[in-house]
Amino acid sequence: MDWTIFFVVASFGTYIGIALWARAGSTNDFYVAGHDVHPAINGAATAADWMSAASFLSMAGLIASLGYGGSVYLMGWTGGYVLLALLLAPFLREFGKFTVPDFVGDRYYSTAARLIAVICALFVSFTYIAGQMSGVGIAFSRFLGVDFNTGIIVGMGIVFVYAVLGGMKGVTYTQVAQYCVLIFAYTVPAIFISLMITGNPVPQLGFISNVRGEDVSMLANLNQVVTDLGFIEYTSTNKTWLDVFAITGALMFGTAGLPHVIIRFFTVGSASAARVSAGWALVFIACLYTVAPAVGAFARYNIIDTVNETTYITGDDYAAAAEGITGEGGTPVPEWFKNWERTGLVGFNDVNGDGLMQIRGPNAPDGLANEVTVNNDISVLASPEIAQLPEWVIGLMVAGGLAAALSTAAGLLMVISSAISHDLCRRTFFKGMSDKTELRIARVAAAGAVMAAGLMGMNTAKLAFVAQVVAFAFGLAAASLFPIIFLGIFWKRMNKEGAIASMVVGLVTTFSYIYYFKFVDTDPSHWFMGVSPEGIGFLVMFLSAIVGIVVALCTAPPPKEIQDLVEDIRVPGTRTAHGKMDEEMHPMDEHASPAE
Amino acid sequence: MSNEPKKIDAKGYWSATVRLTVSLLIIWFVVSYGAGILFRDVLDNFSIGGAPLGFWFAQQGAIYVFVALIFYYCHAMSKIERKYGVKG
Repeated sequence: MDWTIFFVVASFGTYIGIALWARAGSTNDFYVAGHDVHPAINGAATAADWMSAASFLSMAGLIASLGYGGSVYLMGWTGGYVLLALLLAPFLREFGKFTVPDFVGDRYYSTAARLIAVICALFVSFTYIAGQMSGVGIAFSRFLGVDFNTGIIVGMGIVFVYAVLGGMKGVTYTQVAQYCVLIFAYTVPAIFISLMITGNPVPQLGFISNVRGEDVSMLANLNQVVTDLGFIEYTSTNKTWLDVFAITGALMFGTAGLPHVIIRFFTVGSASAARVSAGWALVFIACLYTVAPAVGAFARYNIIDTVNETTYITGDDYAAAAEGITGEGGTPVPEWFKNWERTGLVGFNDVNGDGLMQIRGPNAPDGLANEVTVNNDISVLASPEIAQLPEWVIGLMVAGGLAAALSTAAGLLMVISSAISHDLCRRTFFKGMSDKTELRIARVAAAGAVMAAGLMGMNTAKLAFVAQVVAFAFGLAAASLFPIIFLGIFWKRMNKEGAIASMVVGLVTTFSYIYYFKFVDTDPSHWFMGVSPEGIGFLVMFLSAIVGIVVALCTAPPPKEIQDLVEDIRVPGTRTAHGKMDEEMHPMDEHASPAE
Repeated sequence: MSNEPKKIDAKGYWSATVRLTVSLLIIWFVVSYGAGILFRDVLDNFSIGGAPLGFWFAQQGAIYVFVALIFYYCHAMSKIERKYGVKG
């Protein structure tokens, strides 16, 4: 408890200190941190921005329960960076504006296109941010004994300080600090658990090593253990290959199309810096993502190994009861299980009344029912206790989880506030606005978004579908934003009509499919070609791209100045203003200045 | 950069960029969707350490290759930029 308070207070103090140091003085600072962030710094910030409470807390547990099926998250949430680096980031940086709707609106010379992009960006970001805020509330209420809503308010206060004061500049440098906290918190327990199970301190190597002191590999052993209990093999899945393929695709292209990830690449100095920065981002992300499958596999093994067939203890005096059980030749339930039972994340229901805790899969050979429920988040949260690490490691984990949630929330806030102040106010409704007014509105919008996100977070504890709606975020980003940004760069002939048609088809089709199969008809056998709502964005992406191309070919080509603009974006250092609108927003003024 | 300004060959630059991008995306596809999903069963006959190879690609290998791909891309792009006189 004391250590937890220490780490949380120390890390929060650091974030606020950084925020005071990195205040934003102009819209350029506020939206894109002055366009001069070092690529490696931006890489670390992007990694923290990207890795949310879900990556930190839930992913390893998801992999633990899904086995091979969990690969979709690992490949999907990393492979998207290759697409970003090769297809989007350097070109969008060369384009040189502030937001994703900015690109869509200018490239497709259309206010309607800009507004649809604003809707997509807001929808995706609000979906995401509610989950982050409720993650903050959970961390506070479980570990610091603070009320859930109070926890969210504290979290809101912190984000408010550095996002509203510092804008993108404040967010960038706090995200770097948050990355350091979260990666350290994730790796330390993983190293100890890897040592414990395999004798190899590097989790990535432990993952492919033999069980410590035995002549069988950890994974083969795990397969044996889980199949004996009636689960499917750890290294296999019961999803169809097409579904695995589609979900991986939706997550990859969705990642590349997420506005809060894309705008991070507007903060570096040039197109080539954007490329390098994407590489750094993936390095920093891979530090967690290659450890996660090891943590997942170890956790699956550890939980079964330490809990299955042990004798449950009902009374409060754990030590005495445990001694009694050991004296009779039995094995008592591990202490961590008892500790976490209070939170409701693990549970035991003695179906057959024998006092022993049976973990069983759906096809258990001995026909026994499963009696133990384990929440996915336990794999990470309880790992310090399972590995019997000192108490301060738990405090570190809490600070890490909060860092993951707050950094992502801040990135999303920037998307929301810039979509409102820049795209809606300055570029659509009040065109003559000065830079100073816009900055003020951006701050107000960020403050409003913090409140809205907090309120949504407070309500999502009751609305159990946070996890469900994440499918919307990726599906919509993949199906409605990715195709038009990609085509906007790689196909000069793509025009306004095509872009609008494509976005509308992507938005409507994905939304309807996910909504229908998540909330109306939840029977998987009715899925189109067996593709789950999580994966549909991938298929719709092709549909919306094709619709866009066909419509574009049937209508007039884009004006000459837009085609020139595309040529400029493709070749670094050649960007000049095209048309009146473009000139007003002085795209590349800072290119001539110290950037070199 | 202080050396004499070369004339930019935008067309050549762009087609070289597209060629590079396509070939790297082929590798990207092969290590993830290929090795990790489509041909997993075949690759699982082999193993790397104690892990079936296809499974390993899906949970580890693909990520390492992704990182290598991006840095190779940066390297190759700066060569292309020099060749066609583009200032990156």
